[in-house]
Amino acid sequence: MQLYLPIADIPVNVFLILAMGAAVGFVSGMFGIGGGFLMTPLLIFVGITPAVAVASVASHIAASSFSGAISYWRRRAIDPLLALVLLTGGTIGTALGVWTFTFLRTLGQLDLMIALSYVVLLTTVGGLMFWEGLRAMLRVRRGGAVTLRKPGSHVWIHGLPLKLRFKRSKIYLSVIPVVVVGLVIGFIGAVMGIGGGFILVPLMIYLLRVPTSTVIGTSMVLTLVTMVFATLLHAVTNHLVDAVLALILMIGGVTGAQFGARAGQKIRGEHLRLLLGLLVLAVGIRFAIELVIRPEDLFTIRESATGGTP
Amino acid sequence: MRWGLPLAIAGLAALLAAAPARAERLIVSVSNHRVTVTPNYSGGELVLFGSVEKDDKTPAGRNNYDLVVTVSGPRADMVTRRKERRFGIWINTDSRQFIQVPGYLALFANRPFDQIASPEVQRRQQLGLNNVLLTQRVGPDFADVVPNDPFRSAFVRLRTEHGLYREAPSAVTFLTPTLFRTGIPLPAEVPIGTYNVEIKLFADGALVTRTDTAFEIVKVGFEQFVANTARHNGLAYGLVTAFMALMTGWMASIVFRKD
Repeated sequence: MQLYLPIADIPVNVFLILAMGAAVGFVSGMFGIGGGFLMTPLLIFVGITPAVAVASVASHIAASSFSGAISYWRRRAIDPLLALVLLTGGTIGTALGVWTFTFLRTLGQLDLMIALSYVVLLTTVGGLMFWEGLRAMLRVRRGGAVTLRKPGSHVWIHGLPLKLRFKRSKIYLSVIPVVVVGLVIGFIGAVMGIGGGFILVPLMIYLLRVPTSTVIGTSMVLTLVTMVFATLLHAVTNHLVDAVLALILMIGGVTGAQFGARAGQKIRGEHLRLLLGLLVLAVGIRFAIELVIRPEDLFTIRESATGGTP
Repeated sequence: MRWGLPLAIAGLAALLAAAPARAERLIVSVSNHRVTVTPNYSGGELVLFGSVEKDDKTPAGRNNYDLVVTVSGPRADMVTRRKERRFGIWINTDSRQFIQVPGYLALFANRPFDQIASPEVQRRQQLGLNNVLLTQRVGPDFADVVPNDPFRSAFVRLRTEHGLYREAPSAVTFLTPTLFRTGIPLPAEVPIGTYNVEIKLFADGALVTRTDTAFEIVKVGFEQFVANTARHNGLAYGLVTAFMALMTGWMASIVFRKD
C-alpha cells in the first residue's frame, strides 16, 4: 500500500516502513538503545532525505523508548536519581551538540564528518563490546564466576568528590562522571542524529559500574527525554519532522520494542553485549565500506538552502 | 489519481487575447490546471492539447509545422557535488551551485531538435536539454557552461534518472496538420508548485509564434494541513508529534501488558 508522505514529499510503501520500524524496535527493546543508528540509514536507503530521516527518527525513538521505559519501570529496573543526574548533563550536551552541528554545516563536509564519526564511534564501541562479551563468555565456559563488578577494586572515579548514593542501583558514586557521561551522550546524539543509547549502556556498565539490572531502563529514560527534546528542536528550527512517517515508524517500533524487551530479559547479559557489539560493529563497517569503495555515482545533487544571489 | 482527458474548450478563449498579432496563432490547454497530491499519489500524466490557427496573413500552403513544448517546474538552487578519492576514502571534493534551476524540466517535440532548427536557433530558443539555460555559479560569475561540462551533464543525467528532467523529441503528435497533443508525465516525487508550459511553433527552421500556459501541483486535505502546520506552527507541530510519540508508546505498553 502506497502512502504519500507530506513532509518528505515522496510516496512510500506503508508495510515496508512498518516492518523497518518493528525490526529496529525489536533491537531497541532488547538492548535498551534508541536504534537511531540503524533507523536513519535505513530510511535514507528507502529514499527519504537525510535531514527528514534524522528529524523524524527522533520522535520514533521517543515512542519506542517510552514504551520500553514503562515496562522497565514496572520491573523496578530504572534508577530515577541516576536518570535525573544523567539528564542534567544530557541537556547541556544536546544544546552544545546542536550549536556544533550548525557550525559544521557552515563549514561544509558535514556528511563526511557524520560518516567518519559513525565509522570511528561504531567500530570502536562495537569492537570493544564484542571483545568484552567474548571474554565474559569464555570465562563462564571455563567455569569462573562472571565478575563484572569487582567489589574491592577502586578506580580513580571513586576518588572524586560530590558523592551520591544511588539506592536503586546500589552504588555510591560521585555525580561528576555521571554528568560528564550525560553531556557526552547528549553532544554525540545531537551531532550525529542518534539517541546514543548504544554508547551510553557500555559507558554506564564499564565506567560507572552501574549494575546491569538498572542500566537499560535508566538509559531508556535519558534517550526518551533527549529525543523528545530533539523532536521539538527539529520541528521548530527545520520544519522537517514528518509526522505521518513518524507515526508509521512508531506503531511498528513500539510493537517490536515490547517483544524485544521480553527477549532481552531471557538472554544472558554477556550474550546480549556480544550481540549488540556485533550489530554496532556491522553498521560501523558498513559505513567504512561506503567511504572506501568507489561510489556507483561520483556525483550527487542536493537542494541548497542558501539563496542564489551573492 | 485519474485525470482523464477533459478538454477545457471554454478555457481556450481566455488565451486568445495573449496571442501576438502574427500570421499564426497557438491555442492550447492542459487537461488539468490543478493537480492535487493525495495520500495515494504515485505519479500521473497531464495532456496538453492545442491547435495552430491560421489567418489571412499566413503564407499559403504552409503546413510543415514543428512544435516544441517546454515544461518547467518550480525553481530552486541546487548543488552538484563530485566525490574523489583522498587518503583512501571517497569524499566530496568539488561542487557547483546551480542557481534557480527548474525542479522539473521536460522538453517535447514532434521530431528531433536538430531537424527542426539549425544549431544556432536551437541554442537561442533553448531547444533540448543540452541547450536549456542552467545557470551555474562559476567563481564570482553566473553563467551556463558547455553541454559536456562534467557537472552540468551529471546534473542533467541524475535528474533524468529520477524522471524529473526529460527530453522526448517525438512526444508531440499532430492529429491533423494543425491540431496537436502531447502527454506530460509527472513522476511520484514531482515538486510541489507552479509549472510553466511554453509552446513554440516553428516553420522552415524559424520561430513563428509562441504561447504560454501553466498548471500547478498542490497538496490538498490532510497532506496540505500537515505541511502547512509544520511550516507555520513549528512549536505546536513539534509538541503534537512528541505527544503522539508518548501516547503511542504508552498505548503499546498497555496493549502488550502481560504481568
